Amino acid sequence: MTTAITPPNTIPTPTGRTSLLRRVIRRPLGAISLAFLLVVALIAVIGPLIAPYDPNLASLQLVLAQPSAEHPLGADSGGRDVLSRLLAATQISIAAALVALVTALLIGVIAGLIAGYYRGWFDNVASWFTALVMALPGIVVLLAARAVVGPSVWAAMFIFGILLAPAYFRLVYAAVSAVRSELYVDAARVSGLSDLRIISRHILSVVRAPIIIQSAIVAGIAIAIQSGLEFLGLGDMSVPTWGSMLNDGFINIYKAPLLMMWPSLAIALTSIALTLLANVMRDALERTVQVRRRRRRAVATATGSIAAVTTSIGTVTGGIGLDAEAEAEPTIRHADDERAAARAGDTILDVRDLRIGYGQDDGGTLEVVHGVSLDIRRGEVHGLIGESGSGKTQTAFAVLGLLPRGGRITGGSIDYEGVRLDTAGEREYTAIRGRRIGYIPQEPMSNLDPSFTIGSQLVEPLRVGLGLSKKDATEKALALLERVGIPDPKRTFAAYPHEVSGGMAQRVLIAGAVSTDPDLIIADEPTTALDVTVQAEVLDLLRDLQAERQMALLLVTHNFGVVADLCDRVSVMQHGLIVEHGPVRAIFGRAEHPYTRSLLGAILDEGPARAPLGGADIEQADIEDADIVKAAVVKGGAR
Amino acid sequence: MLPFVLRRLASGVVLVFVISVIAYALLYLGGGDIARRILGQNATDDVVAQKAADLGLDQPLLAQYFDWLTSAFGGDLGRSWFTGQLVAVSVSSRLAVTLSIVIGATIIAAIVAVVLGVLAARRGGWIDNVVQFVSVIGFAIPGFLIALVLVLVFAINLGLFKATGYVPFASSPSGWIASVTLPVVALSIGAIATVAQQVRGSVLDALSRDYVRTLRSRGLSTNRVVYKHVLRNAGGPALAVLAVQFVGLLGGAVIVEQIFALPGIGQLAVQATGAGDIPVVMGVVIATAIIVVVVNLLIDLAQAALNPKVRLS
Repeated sequence: MTTAITPPNTIPTPTGRTSLLRRVIRRPLGAISLAFLLVVALIAVIGPLIAPYDPNLASLQLVLAQPSAEHPLGADSGGRDVLSRLLAATQISIAAALVALVTALLIGVIAGLIAGYYRGWFDNVASWFTALVMALPGIVVLLAARAVVGPSVWAAMFIFGILLAPAYFRLVYAAVSAVRSELYVDAARVSGLSDLRIISRHILSVVRAPIIIQSAIVAGIAIAIQSGLEFLGLGDMSVPTWGSMLNDGFINIYKAPLLMMWPSLAIALTSIALTLLANVMRDALERTVQVRRRRRRAVATATGSIAAVTTSIGTVTGGIGLDAEAEAEPTIRHADDERAAARAGDTILDVRDLRIGYGQDDGGTLEVVHGVSLDIRRGEVHGLIGESGSGKTQTAFAVLGLLPRGGRITGGSIDYEGVRLDTAGEREYTAIRGRRIGYIPQEPMSNLDPSFTIGSQLVEPLRVGLGLSKKDATEKALALLERVGIPDPKRTFAAYPHEVSGGMAQRVLIAGAVSTDPDLIIADEPTTALDVTVQAEVLDLLRDLQAERQMALLLVTHNFGVVADLCDRVSVMQHGLIVEHGPVRAIFGRAEHPYTRSLLGAILDEGPARAPLGGADIEQADIEDADIVKAAVVKGGAR
Repeated sequence: MLPFVLRRLASGVVLVFVISVIAYALLYLGGGDIARRILGQNATDDVVAQKAADLGLDQPLLAQYFDWLTSAFGGDLGRSWFTGQLVAVSVSSRLAVTLSIVIGATIIAAIVAVVLGVLAARRGGWIDNVVQFVSVIGFAIPGFLIALVLVLVFAINLGLFKATGYVPFASSPSGWIASVTLPVVALSIGAIATVAQQVRGSVLDALSRDYVRTLRSRGLSTNRVVYKHVLRNAGGPALAVLAVQFVGLLGGAVIVEQIFALPGIGQLAVQATGAGDIPVVMGVVIATAIIVVVVNLLIDLAQAALNPKVRLS
């Protein structure tokens, strides 16, 4: 009934390993739908041959006859055998739908190929035509056409096919636009293949599967609209179709309600089967794409962002896997030095044997953090360092109660200022997040809501969490923006996130994190996504704010340069475990774990983006330590 | 903001104009000897020629169209060839009926779809499965079949609603509600199915965004984040689908009006089509196109209100 055409959002590419057909049959819904459609197709072909009577043979005695042995489905208002009509109608209805389908397919695919491959004026014309078609309901166009061309099913379905063409056009156009700039298409062109061969070899193979899916949907729409037209009584009433049978049934709805049932069932079941088939095919294709992507991601995490580290260690067993060897190994702990000891005894966050797992499709749980213990003291800066996939961000999210979907704490405890967080509910957490623990994310742009102004995103937590009035909250937010070094706070306050730079956005996020005066801030790689020059400024800002507000800072990073710059103590994480822990100088001077040493080696490679140990409060001894580190790393042969 | 609105408005006007040219050309050229068709085979050639002159059919097509267009700007869409009624009057009097059920169905579809979509996206599990399955079925079954089942069950078997007929709101508000309930429900089910799927998808997408985590980390409750931030961001794609659905509902109304015997524009179109009453068909086409353009403009404005990037571009 509706001509709403929604092409599949993504264009899944076929894998070619197992055929689409086989994957569809393997699913019960797919197999049933396909079997049903095959039966319908069979009836469409041989229906008139097996019909017991002429579908148009009328008999006065049989008008609205009840089902009987001779007429199993009874007879209609014209005294015609319903079973015979149903069989004959299947042929005409399916053939009519095919006319629309083939028309749409030919026009849409050819136009899509030409527009997508050659672009140019054709492109504009086609998109204008699409807008035109979308502006009128299909049935209104068909009614208008009916006034001109008369009651022909075939003419109506041909016109409807033209109206449906954009469904294919957009699909093919998008696919061709994506593929035409691919290297292998360039290569084919350079090697002298004709455009026609390129299109058929490289481009049609990409869009084949989506076109099949779209065809199932289009066929359903065509059947619906065609039976709708016939149902309105606008078709040729001498031709038996599902729609005209429905019309007859509806007129006699009080006298013989059963008459309506057969064509209704035929239309409904065929439409459902087509839609289900399309869904099953789409699922089958999307799943393979997902699996592929997941595999690719696994490879990416295994190689890691700090390639130097993973290669030098050589024991990495896939990003987030369980490493039995590492689990058995106890954490290497260095004793507090003077600086760290000054804060000893006042622990605000105590994480004990924390385990985090993700529910899997098969009902099992994949553990990604295998018993992490961590304590953070009031006012200290604690570095949590490790390569991507080591579980450090997962640990941070667990403390915040913000694990991604499917993730949960499977063991251990989190104690924050006397409150058990591992068992805390949503309401308890709402009171703690923001006001007691702040969070600074890694990627500045994606962490601001694009639909709201920066100001409103800063004001909202102040009003909800601290109960400030709108005026007070606005003043406080403006003051914070000024404090974090934004040149024109009023303008930034009124701006949308896409109107500011990444560095500015990160300052805004830092302002947001400290706005509610928490005792602990968790900063997850706060500088990784920024330019090198901006990195240094943001680190300075973090250091100043931390000193000024005396808040504890849990700094999650993979960069030892950042750690050396800011931290009092360090925990080194690998494969979901803390492998080494101690004051920053001890770690730099006397690192024992090979992984720690290789990480230290990596900063030498990363170059002097920033002096390893800068800042006013660092003494000469530290610099000597750093030299020792370099020497140790070189001697240890990690490189 | 103003340039954005003006640009959309201008493209809408152009679209209606192009549709009017194409429709006029096809309707008046394709019909063959129109005067002969109106008068029947028995009329003499003289009478037929006289009729054609009366209707202005002896003029060149371009002149005819120009006449039509200039009167159309004055709100005059000509007269029906058979009843002699002013097309503009019969179209606008019936538009109220059609718009009341289509807008009613759109509003209901939007509300129910948002509730179902958010529920499915947030709860997951069996609720998600049920919503997904119902969506597929609701999408697959043509709306007029749903309408027929509703008539059979609620009007004929249970006698809860009147099966047919329309009661104007002015004469009896409760009677009006009783007469439009079944048509609105029948129309909205398909739209609910499609829009709910879209809402589910875009809410899931928005929920996985980084800013959702960050907003929650600031001490905002999950409900607040979902209903203020996630829904606003998910609103854009959902509105786009709703706009497409509106066009579909307008088409669906044609058949639903026939089933429930509602005197809407769809019924007018079916009658005019059957009789070959070209001026009325033309009037219906133009009225429909204008409605679609206006609704698309409203949806564009809503998009702009939701999404600052749309506003600025």
